[in-house]
Amino acid sequence: MRKLLIALLFTPLAVFAAEEAALEPSNIDPHDAVSIQRGARTFVNYCLNCHSAVSMRYNRLTDLGLTEQQIKDNLLFASEKVGDTMTIAASRKDQKQWFGAEPPDLSVIARAKGADYLYAYLRGFYRDEQRPTGWNNTVFPNVGMPHALWQLQGVQVMKTETEVEEGHKVERHKLELEHPGTLTKLEYDRVTRDLVNFLSYMAEPDKTKRSQIGVIVLLFLLFLLVPVWMLKKEYWKEVH
Amino acid sequence: MGTLKALMGWIDDRFPVTANWKAHMSEYYAPKNFNFWYFFGSLALLILVMQIVTGIFLTMHYKPDASQAFASVEYIMRDVPWGWLIRYMHSTGASLFFIVIYLHMFRGLIYGSYRKPRELLWLFGMLIYLCLMAEAFFGYLLPWGQMSYWGAQVIVNLFGAVPFIGPDLSLWIRGDYVVSDATLNRFFAFHVIAVPLVLLGLVAAHLLALHEVGSNNPDGVEIKKKKDPKTGIPLDGIPFYPYYVVKDLVGVVVFLMIFSAIVFFGPEVGGYFLEHNNFLPADPLKTPLHIAPVWYFTPFYSILRSVPPLFDSQFPGVLAMGASTLIFFLLPWLDRGKVKSIRYRGSLYKGWLAIFVVSFLVLGYLGTEPTNLWGQFGAWLGGAERATVIARVFTVLYFLFFLLMPWYTKIDKTKPEPERVTS
Repeated sequence: MRKLLIALLFTPLAVFAAEEAALEPSNIDPHDAVSIQRGARTFVNYCLNCHSAVSMRYNRLTDLGLTEQQIKDNLLFASEKVGDTMTIAASRKDQKQWFGAEPPDLSVIARAKGADYLYAYLRGFYRDEQRPTGWNNTVFPNVGMPHALWQLQGVQVMKTETEVEEGHKVERHKLELEHPGTLTKLEYDRVTRDLVNFLSYMAEPDKTKRSQIGVIVLLFLLFLLVPVWMLKKEYWKEVH
Repeated sequence: MGTLKALMGWIDDRFPVTANWKAHMSEYYAPKNFNFWYFFGSLALLILVMQIVTGIFLTMHYKPDASQAFASVEYIMRDVPWGWLIRYMHSTGASLFFIVIYLHMFRGLIYGSYRKPRELLWLFGMLIYLCLMAEAFFGYLLPWGQMSYWGAQVIVNLFGAVPFIGPDLSLWIRGDYVVSDATLNRFFAFHVIAVPLVLLGLVAAHLLALHEVGSNNPDGVEIKKKKDPKTGIPLDGIPFYPYYVVKDLVGVVVFLMIFSAIVFFGPEVGGYFLEHNNFLPADPLKTPLHIAPVWYFTPFYSILRSVPPLFDSQFPGVLAMGASTLIFFLLPWLDRGKVKSIRYRGSLYKGWLAIFVVSFLVLGYLGTEPTNLWGQFGAWLGGAERATVIARVFTVLYFLFFLLMPWYTKIDKTKPEPERVTS
């Protein structure tokens, strides 16, 4: 009975694990502040023109070891203050007209989609003349967003090969780099990994602090358990 | 010392502090053989207090406004000092409240704690459970994420299935034609004041009823039947204070360790406590592909989905879902066993209880997943969805546990109850 219950409890986890195996792991390191800093720069330069991050304040980046002066010099436009949140000038209405959909706010996008998805998304753009923007995406079919990083990555195309396997025709889709960008594949992977690392950090800036405090809290409770347990033992000695 | 005594005397003449302390703590005699299952009552009370306190602090910063709600939660998570901790304590507390209450109710099932003379105690408990479900439902809309929004939309639409008055009823609940700012405002009012008030009153009634009839115990025997002839104290009773206070403290610390592990290391619990899609702001124009309620509602949601519509109306499903929670109210009168505790019950009761537990867990799991989870049966079953058929089987078993109870508890081969509690 007990074994059956345990098996039942864990089946959902096994099922989930199988489904999500399709995405390549992003392998981000949330403790690598330099990687997050680089991601922040990419974010401000490439994403923050169309996407906002209304919950994120620029000076929050002092978490990553940047000074306010560094943030002002490298990440802010002249009109913004260091305590501002990452808003954008373009109006939502205009954007809807330009792209067919409003670019979502990215403050907590990593918590909704997961780092692996974002990593696959940022590397999954390919040329598709059927689309109004000329771009399509492997993990987000018929995406409204054009490939903002195409100059870095270059232009990918989708190649379809038909193979005969055990008497059946099997179609295989494969991305191929048609025109190289300014970065090599390895460099581009690193840029997107840093960007995803930043998006994950931005989605929950207190995450690393949270687990550090958690260790202290659990240790405290573990030590508290000792006198509490002894108190119980002492009182219950007389109960027969 | 003399002055302190005089002060207590002065107060006691005007307000019965000492008398109440004695009645409910130092001279409330509880059976001495409480086991693991008896931690969950005091833990539920602890969580209730935590939810109220964290809730008060969240209310100070949260904005119940459709255009600001989502961002105000993120404001709490980032800009309010320790706001993330308060929010995670509240969201984790909600799920753990249900875990603790389900275990507390399961204790009632296995030891027959709903049986005479504790019928009202059980009914108050069931009312608390219903209130808790309402409280959780109203609260879940407040973060104004996609799952908040569409979950509320689905649940409110259920009322639309009621014949004749349905559409007007759901309109009245929402205060608008779709879930909107008006809905958010009223749900906020229900979540922070209306339901908690009722909840607190019911908890007081639950405790008063408990202290009137006395606690049941793992042997299901009445300790009040054997009293010390001199003192009138039950022979198997020990005062709640200090014995169960110090024992429950151990339970509290262990519970807080589990609670903290979740709050600090994984408050989303893989999308079960905080759903991934709820980090997308509510969008009335974008229906998510798969709408699932939070895990604690999923057994009932499964029952709702598994009942086929009748004359194009979902009402039978809604009725079945309502019945699946309300049927617990009847337990004191469905159970006709000679003994209360599972220790002395026969194999029939044990078997049906096991079937019920498995049904509850399987239905709960299926409710978190889309119905095409396991694909379809072949043509021989009309291509029916496997998960739906399995949910139907377990829905029937779920109800049979209750409906057949008068029969199987009566003919079950029970063992004799002991005179006194065993250890």
